[in-house]
Amino acid sequence: MALLSKKDANLILDPLADNNPITIQVLGICSALAITAELKASVVMAISVLFVMGVGNVVISLLRNVIPSKIRIIAQLIVVATLVIVVDQMLKAFQYELSKTLSVFVGLIITNCIIMGRFEAFALGNGVWRSFLDGIGNALGYGIILIIVGFFRELLGSGTLFGFQVLGDPIAKTGLYATGYENNGFMIIPPAALIVVGIIIWVQRSRNKALIEEA
Amino acid sequence: MHELKLKYQGKKMAPAFNAFHTFLYTPNETTHPGGTHVKGADDLKRTMNTVITALIPILLFSFYNAGYQHYSAINGFPENFSVMEHFITWDNFWLGFITVIPLVVVSYGVGLLVEFIFAVIKGHEVEEGYLVTGMLVPLIVPVDTPLWMLAVAVVFGVVIGKEVFGGTGMNILNPALTIRAFLFFAYPTWMSGDKVWVHGAKEGVTQAGSADAISGETILGYLAQNNEAAVASKFSISDMFFGFIPGSVGETSTFLILIGGLFLIFSKIASWRIMVSAVIGALVMGLIFNGVVDAGWIPDYSKFYGLMQFDFWKHLIVGGLAFGIVYMATDPVTGSQTTRGKWIYGFFIGFISVMIRVFNPGYPEGVFLAILLMNVFAPTIDHYVVRGNVKRRMKRLKNAVILPKDSDSKAEELKVETV
Repeated sequence: MALLSKKDANLILDPLADNNPITIQVLGICSALAITAELKASVVMAISVLFVMGVGNVVISLLRNVIPSKIRIIAQLIVVATLVIVVDQMLKAFQYELSKTLSVFVGLIITNCIIMGRFEAFALGNGVWRSFLDGIGNALGYGIILIIVGFFRELLGSGTLFGFQVLGDPIAKTGLYATGYENNGFMIIPPAALIVVGIIIWVQRSRNKALIEEA
Repeated sequence: MHELKLKYQGKKMAPAFNAFHTFLYTPNETTHPGGTHVKGADDLKRTMNTVITALIPILLFSFYNAGYQHYSAINGFPENFSVMEHFITWDNFWLGFITVIPLVVVSYGVGLLVEFIFAVIKGHEVEEGYLVTGMLVPLIVPVDTPLWMLAVAVVFGVVIGKEVFGGTGMNILNPALTIRAFLFFAYPTWMSGDKVWVHGAKEGVTQAGSADAISGETILGYLAQNNEAAVASKFSISDMFFGFIPGSVGETSTFLILIGGLFLIFSKIASWRIMVSAVIGALVMGLIFNGVVDAGWIPDYSKFYGLMQFDFWKHLIVGGLAFGIVYMATDPVTGSQTTRGKWIYGFFIGFISVMIRVFNPGYPEGVFLAILLMNVFAPTIDHYVVRGNVKRRMKRLKNAVILPKDSDSKAEELKVETV
């Protein structure tokens, strides 16, 4: 990482693992549970959040000396709402089917705690470049969990990845299905996402004991 | 054996080895000399073995019933049914044996493997908690459940239902029911409908002398389709009570469950309060539904009519309600601990079971869901029972303080009041 100083690099790398917004800070859980039944939806959601957070952090950072602190929440909301509407319209224009799958959850990016949290905690007090890195880092940390959860849920629940039948055809009984394997309907319903996220948290904490809170 | 144990002491595999050792032998440790030590014989292992003893008759019955249902579905139900002639036959037993025993083996094999792995990783002794769960699981699934599904569900149930909370005694949810719930939500086509309750139905075994595939709908299944006539013509009340009906492997015979339940009550392993209050709860809910039907509030084409008009007391002898009340609801770990809490806990299990049974559109059974739900609420119930007790005694204390304390008689009174 010669491109970035060590301090700047940590802004991106920390949220990926040891300070992950979902598994450590437990933010943004609602969308992680709702839209991860398919890998494609998870990826699109991750990209959308990446865009909103990267640009949003930059805008807020630029405006940080102008925004009066009493009305900063409203100012932040306007910024994030504008960006979300851009994403929403783009999806509707170019990926209509997918935008129906994601339905209200694109709009709900506005209320994603990670975004407001980073605006509040980081962009309001830091320079443009660092805010940008922080936004990208947190969005990636969010996205990576979304993609892991989406991968397992789509693979086990529907036997597909990005809609391709990787395990064979469940109706014609080819591939793995010929041996009697069946899709796990449990993985399609949202509680399964909670359990998958829980297992990720479990694995992460047993690998890094420093993350375990005192009981 | 004892020497081997000493040799392995402190090694990584020691817990796994010790589990076998204490299973086969009395531990050779003695308490330290000096002083008197009293040790109760009813330790965890004894408790678990008592429950398993109560389950053995049900397991044996399930062998015969699995065979009986299979052959009856093919050849038609016998005209003049006699237990000795048609039920307790070698054919029935053998067919049931080869279909049910694999379920038992997989359940124990996979479950104990997970327990052993966790014991070795965590370095604690293998706990006996799985002994009962492993026996309950094969009894609450349909007879043709694929073994790999059972294995997946057992891994899920033991890891997510029990080990993540800290192992035996720490779990919030009953592991056997967690396994059942997982199977139900993951593989609904194997867990409900009319094709899963009789061995061979799913593979399309045909009836003798016709091309129709055999099927075996449960009584609740018929009722959910408003087909009361089929129930009346196929199953008599004694069939329901003694268990000659299709259903999950071990849930059908209310008679044997009753005997097992009495055995558990007299050996003081299970709480009679939970059983009695659950029965009351189920009867109350059944009576309410019967009342609704009698009052004519619900038309007979309503999809709930079949189950609602079902006589309230019959709810106890069909489906898994009796089995759930006796063996699942009374689990000492996940149930309520306080006396009053047990009454409330049990009552709602019965009440909600019958409610879910009637109103569940997909699947006319609700016992496992009701018990899991009440498992979650059990600590809350206990909390409020304890709080209520504290409050009552605080009030008594307050009353006692304001009493005048000058004369002896008053002091006497105060003593009586606060004891």
